[in-house]
Amino acid sequence: MIPFEPIRLFAFGGFNVPIVISLLIIGGGMLWLLIRSLKAKEVDRRIVFVFIFAAVSAPLLFEITFDETATPIVKGVFEKIENMPERSRIVIAFDFDPAMAPEVQPMANAVIRHALAKNHRLIFISLWATGQALMDKTISEIIPAEFPQKQDGIDYVSLGYKAGNEGVLNVIVSNVKKMFPTDVNGVPLTDIAIFNGVRSMKDVDMVMAVGGGKPGPKEWVLFVGDAPGGPPVAVGVAAVVAPQMYPYYPKQVLGILGGIKGAAEYESELLHNYPRFAEQDTPGLRMMGPQTLAHVVIMAFIIFGNLAFFIGGRHKEKRL
Amino acid sequence: MRRQLPFILVFLSGAFMVFQYFVPHESSEFVYEFLLDWLTIIGGFAMVLGIWSLIRVSYDKIQRKRENWGYSVITLAGLFSMIFFGITNWQDGFGFYILQADGLNNPMFVHFFDYILIPIQATMFSLLAFFIASAAYRAFRARSVIASLLLLAALIVMMRFNPLFGAWIEDVANWLMNVPNLAAQRAIVIGLGLGMVATALKIILGIERGYMGQG
Repeated sequence: MIPFEPIRLFAFGGFNVPIVISLLIIGGGMLWLLIRSLKAKEVDRRIVFVFIFAAVSAPLLFEITFDETATPIVKGVFEKIENMPERSRIVIAFDFDPAMAPEVQPMANAVIRHALAKNHRLIFISLWATGQALMDKTISEIIPAEFPQKQDGIDYVSLGYKAGNEGVLNVIVSNVKKMFPTDVNGVPLTDIAIFNGVRSMKDVDMVMAVGGGKPGPKEWVLFVGDAPGGPPVAVGVAAVVAPQMYPYYPKQVLGILGGIKGAAEYESELLHNYPRFAEQDTPGLRMMGPQTLAHVVIMAFIIFGNLAFFIGGRHKEKRL
Repeated sequence: MRRQLPFILVFLSGAFMVFQYFVPHESSEFVYEFLLDWLTIIGGFAMVLGIWSLIRVSYDKIQRKRENWGYSVITLAGLFSMIFFGITNWQDGFGFYILQADGLNNPMFVHFFDYILIPIQATMFSLLAFFIASAAYRAFRARSVIASLLLLAALIVMMRFNPLFGAWIEDVANWLMNVPNLAAQRAIVIGLGLGMVATALKIILGIERGYMGQG
């Protein structure tokens, strides 16, 4: 059974009134809706919105969190990074925009922390115009503060954004310098230590493609990972995209980090193995609280909706 | 000749790209990479075309004072200010940076991105949770056997993401994802692949001429 930390009812050494009040409101409201549904009455859309709002905001305001354990599909990515020899080259692809960032940014952060803690070298790249700014932001927020000894060009490098979608992947799989003659700062790749001995993507040790749109992780699998001699590819994707990646697992994809749940599992594995990151923010684990409660509320609404549907006798009505 | 030349070009490039895949020789790779350069250049021009189209549509809306034309003013203001801030920087004296990425460190560019674009896009995405909840309440009804199966599968997969329900539900959900979902997804992928091959062949052989503006 997946262990979970009970809701902190006795936080701060005393009885946590706000949490109890929130749960009473949500629970009481649900009971009222259940009674309403048993009387075959439908629920107004605005009431659904109010409950979702309460279910999402209560865990954020009162820090309701749950413990996670990595499933094999997430552990596959973690163990690959953990067991590669030091100084391995890992490509981190930032193929997402700010809309998708809350879901996939936590996994990118966790993988970057893990890889740098293992002394691997990172190559950042983006096929999305909005990805480059997110990539720069991530690099400037994580590396100087948490890994001050790591140097640009030696331990990590950002190649920035390149237009051309799958065309870019098609080129870099045989020649990186042709598509990226310089890094994002204008330094020729020939002068960057990480690229010594790297001609193509086939010379890197792993690709971690984070995203969910097109071009994105799927294109990295098809155009880079599946190319003859291509590197192993792991993906971190938005939850809605995860089912589309399953056909590629485990032969073409090392592992899949699907949505906030995947990020939370990776963060949990990282914290378990690297207690030094205990002080760092873990947005994946933090956001599992709102997601968990929101799912419970949605499931309750689906059940209530069906109760009202059957009790009201509408299942007997003929559809057009 | 105005009609034949595009067909010949399409046939030659299409046929070359197919055969090149099976010929692992340096010269073949050189031509392949050369052609891919064109793809990147076309990609770059597509962006320019997109910007031009946005400017034209928005300008036309403002000029004719069409409904909600004020939003077009904001669109154009956002577009031009982000372009301006993205290619300039004044931290070490004012300068234009067309070929370097220094403009991306422009404080105004960073602030606009961090405090306007990110919250706006994240808000739009977050609103989905509310609409999905409402839609799930209304649409997920056990009207038939198929609908009931879909409803049950959705509930089980949703429960998988929930740490409150334990490992047993995870096993059931994993089976759903790894067997029926995988089978359906693979069928879709294979179907799509075959469809793409058929369409590509039709284009290469000149049967499909939609790219020339003909049906």
